[in-house]
Amino acid sequence: MKTMTPEKVAELEEIARQLRVDSLRLIHRRGAGHPGGALSAAEIIAVLYFHVLRINPADPTWDDRDRFILSKGHASAALYSALTRRGFFSFSELDNWGEVDCPHQGHPDRLKTPGVDMTSGILGHGVAIGDGLAMAARLKKLSYHTYVLLGDGECQAGVVWEGVMTAAKYRLSNLTAIVDCNDVQLDGPIHEVMPLEPFGDKWAAYGWHVVEVDGHLVRQVAEALELASEVHDRPTVILAHTTKGKGVSFMENQSYWHGNVPNTEQLNQALAELGEVAHG
Amino acid sequence: MAEQSMREAYGRALAEYGSANPQVVALDVDTSTSTLSNFFAQRFPERFFNIGIAEPCMVDVAAGLALGGFIPFINGFASLLALRALEQIRTCVCYARTNVKIVANYAGISDFKDGATHYSITDLANLRALPGMAVIVPADADEAAAWVPVVAEYDGPVYLRISRAGTLPAYHAGTRLEIGKGLTLRPGRDLTLVATGAMVGRCIEAAEELKTLGGGGSIIKKNTLKPLDRDLLIQAAEETGAIVTAEEHNIIGGLGSAVAETLAEAHPVPLERVGIHDHFCPTGRNLDQLMDACGLSVAEVVTSAQRVLERK
Repeated sequence: MKTMTPEKVAELEEIARQLRVDSLRLIHRRGAGHPGGALSAAEIIAVLYFHVLRINPADPTWDDRDRFILSKGHASAALYSALTRRGFFSFSELDNWGEVDCPHQGHPDRLKTPGVDMTSGILGHGVAIGDGLAMAARLKKLSYHTYVLLGDGECQAGVVWEGVMTAAKYRLSNLTAIVDCNDVQLDGPIHEVMPLEPFGDKWAAYGWHVVEVDGHLVRQVAEALELASEVHDRPTVILAHTTKGKGVSFMENQSYWHGNVPNTEQLNQALAELGEVAHG
Repeated sequence: MAEQSMREAYGRALAEYGSANPQVVALDVDTSTSTLSNFFAQRFPERFFNIGIAEPCMVDVAAGLALGGFIPFINGFASLLALRALEQIRTCVCYARTNVKIVANYAGISDFKDGATHYSITDLANLRALPGMAVIVPADADEAAAWVPVVAEYDGPVYLRISRAGTLPAYHAGTRLEIGKGLTLRPGRDLTLVATGAMVGRCIEAAEELKTLGGGGSIIKKNTLKPLDRDLLIQAAEETGAIVTAEEHNIIGGLGSAVAETLAEAHPVPLERVGIHDHFCPTGRNLDQLMDACGLSVAEVVTSAQRVLERK
């Protein structure tokens, strides 16, 4: 396993911080979006886009690129931020995010945003679509790996488990799922709305290799992703334990911030807590 | 009924086409011995995926295979594809515009022994309302087979509706099929019968009866339901001034609705719709009798034709 230098760790941590700042600014300016799940996924997305994914912004449809599906499509702000910082398109294209003439949609749209491998927004699709991409890689003898990022609440949807079964049947070791386990969904705590535990046991019982990490520690996330590529007889799921609204004290663990928008005062406080100089 | 069922003709055609086009893959949901996708599965096991009883998952897996450069034909029962998996079809096939071919078998009431749970009398309404979806309803076994290469080589989502059974023959081998184009099967003067699927053959019989009853010549057209061949319809309305539609589907939302919508705007003429009148259908001993009992008889077409002629 490649050891990650302290410099690389610091770099990814800084990128995650920037993704949080960008996400909140984007959501505030648009007056719509989903801050809680964007903040919880920041390290996961930072590690994927700036350490793991073999992608080429100059050739976003390259046949053998790694594929990434943001199955929890409501975290679009964090994805758009990563794509712009990775060079797929200019951040200024998001100046009018939310206007009808902005190509970039509320939820990711593969036909409109370069670098988006699959349209998402309705929860539950990512694993099964990832199955198909992984099968296609195998049939075409391509070496790309498919990564799917899900929310934990999303795993209440039955079609997720249909996709999980299918991946196990075909032993799709070129597929890795990451679950952003922040234990909060729109209506409240997941363990109250519809409990998932014993969550890891469920994935294991379905035949997946299960790894659990702290989803805010970039080194753990990166190592888990690297380990996944060394498992050759089954797909891997990384249960990344996170905090919804991570980094902003008043948003943390609050279901209210699943889909609500900070006002200017709240934005400035949030940016200050994230170490960003506030703008009047 | 014809000797070969529509599903068998389709299944054999898919397997045949599979050798010509290595991009084609097939999926099924534990119904491959019913949909007869098993002909393909036997010849190309590495390109066949049985997903188990999970239609929503099959649609999503197919979307992924399409993203990976393949042309997936997904096979299952129309009732489940059009209802249980409709959201997947809308989001991951139509909206995401993935090149998935949905082959909806056991359509209409063709699974006559199994009853209303297995019938699919709303699928055309469900699928027609989805932006970007082409909807094709073959009239007989030969036509079903002839669509396979056309559907595969069309770039975009397609819903191909397949009957479990055979139908009265209606397709002349070698006739060029084109998505969005209707066909005039015979010219006429006094009214136009517009039919899809198994009702095309029944309309040919009805036209013969109408002749002997002195009802005047008839024109029969059948259309891919979406895109609807507007020009052909408007021309028929102008030339004959009366229309009867006939379909193995609820009269809400299918062919009759599509024709009525088009002609009400473009060239209103008297119109009657033959179809299932908004009720669930019972099981039957054989399909012909069941269709007759469900308002899809030749006599029903004839009566509707006479009614529409009186309204001219």
